[in-house]
Amino acid sequence: MATEDNGKNKTTKVKSVARAIIDTGKKPGWKDIPRGSLILDAGNAELYQTGDWRSERPVWDAEKCIHCLFCWVYCPDGAIEVKDGKMVGIDYKHCKGCGICAHECPKRASALTMHKESEFEE
Amino acid sequence: MAKKVALTGNEAVALAMKQINPDVVAAYPITPQTDIVQYFSSFVADGQVDTEFVTVESEHSAMSATVGASAAGARAMTATSSQGLALMWEVLYIAAGSRLPIVMPMVNRALSAPINIHCDHSDSMGARDSGWIQIYSENAQEAYDNVLQAIRIAEHPDVQLPVMVCYDGFIISHGMETLEVMDDDPVKKFVGAYRPEHALLDVDHPYTMGPLALQDFYFESRRQMADAMEHSPKVILDVAKEYAKLSGREYSLFETYKLDDAEIAIVVLSSAAGTARPVIDDLRKKGIKAGMLKPRVFRPFPAAEMAKALSHVKVVGVLDRADSLAGHGGPLFNEVRSALYELPGKRPVVTGYIFGLGGRDFTPENVDGILADLKQTADTGKYANLVTYVGIRE
Ligand code: SF4
Ligand code: SF4
Repeated sequence: MATEDNGKNKTTKVKSVARAIIDTGKKPGWKDIPRGSLILDAGNAELYQTGDWRSERPVWDAEKCIHCLFCWVYCPDGAIEVKDGKMVGIDYKHCKGCGICAHECPKRASALTMHKESEFEE
Repeated sequence: MAKKVALTGNEAVALAMKQINPDVVAAYPITPQTDIVQYFSSFVADGQVDTEFVTVESEHSAMSATVGASAAGARAMTATSSQGLALMWEVLYIAAGSRLPIVMPMVNRALSAPINIHCDHSDSMGARDSGWIQIYSENAQEAYDNVLQAIRIAEHPDVQLPVMVCYDGFIISHGMETLEVMDDDPVKKFVGAYRPEHALLDVDHPYTMGPLALQDFYFESRRQMADAMEHSPKVILDVAKEYAKLSGREYSLFETYKLDDAEIAIVVLSSAAGTARPVIDDLRKKGIKAGMLKPRVFRPFPAAEMAKALSHVKVVGVLDRADSLAGHGGPLFNEVRSALYELPGKRPVVTGYIFGLGGRDFTPENVDGILADLKQTADTGKYANLVTYVGIRE
């Protein structure tokens, strides 16, 4: 049952489909994807930009924020960026617009508000 | 050194499995495959193989465990028949779609209902589009030879697909024949060590297997499988060439018998070809130019090669030991006929015959009747039925 990396029977051309999509902006064709639909790059969820399918966007008002970090605790996508114990912004590449952060942001602060993505289109 | 022995088809296949010495065998007994599992488990119990033998509670589990073992990086095998294959169904597709080079002897038997334990090809024919390579064997010798070659075909980097080696239930599985088997060492050298490109137990190179692939990737994955199928005939022929050097027995995608100058010919799979050969010889003695084509590889279907081999024949009778019940002939009939459509100019007339369902005896008289039918069509240009049921009580 030995697995030898002798390179002789290497068949896969694109090792990371997710990386290839980001780099080329295109999905690889059938000749280039790993056989058996294997995902060969471990931990590639990071490369999966869940922000692609967001229809509403949370907008953060730094002035109003009291840095309670409720948003950070509740965000299901780890899209709230925190530095030195303070909320610093939103990672829009991964924020999928669920609105939980805005819902959890304390009323007295109301530092997060949801807006239609269409409002941001040029 | 090769030696002549007398074995049943199942004994011959169990011996091939013993000589392959797979890492894992997960199997469930089902008539008429049962004694493969029985013999193999005795090899395990007697320490004659290093195989981890997994006794499972059903065929769904047998194929699932085999898939798991293969994904882990093991050379994994199982064996089944009929209802067992039917119960494996969803996992068959997972094995092929995951590109796992599993080899499975498949002893052909009818499907219920009504319950029947005897031979026909309804079981494997139903799985013809599952992405498994299908090789059909006429006798115990071919079953033994095909199982050994199947390992090399399945694991070849240009193929990487599972292979089922089919042979006829009871007629071959339980009939005793003399055949030539090889010593363990040359077989061991021929099959070689299994070196998977990816193995789940290779923890230094982690990867995900069996992911979700929706509208944007599923189609590409299937196209890739079709490509592997398209490339496999070359591998099948290369492996056959190497095997011929070792064994002296030659294999191709199909076998032809007195076909070169034939005016009428039958196309038939597996043991029925053995029944037909002496009948063809008799007709030849009477000056009737009869011939035969016996497909060995049904998946991938060697359409172009077959069309070429049959192009000069006036009338081709395609015999199916399975019925698609749709009133337009069996699977082999439909595919051979479709392959011949590619021929330029005048094409052979092609008629279909359904025979031997549920183990109904298929006799030399039946073959004679079919060939007489074809001869009449060759002489008159007419046929009574596009598809005829052979040996049925009206
Ligand atoms: S909208 Fe949802 S995903 Fe986006 S930052 Fe807020 S909680 Fe996270
Ligand atoms: S929940 Fe609201 S107030 Fe609290 S850190 Fe997040 S944005 Fe600031």
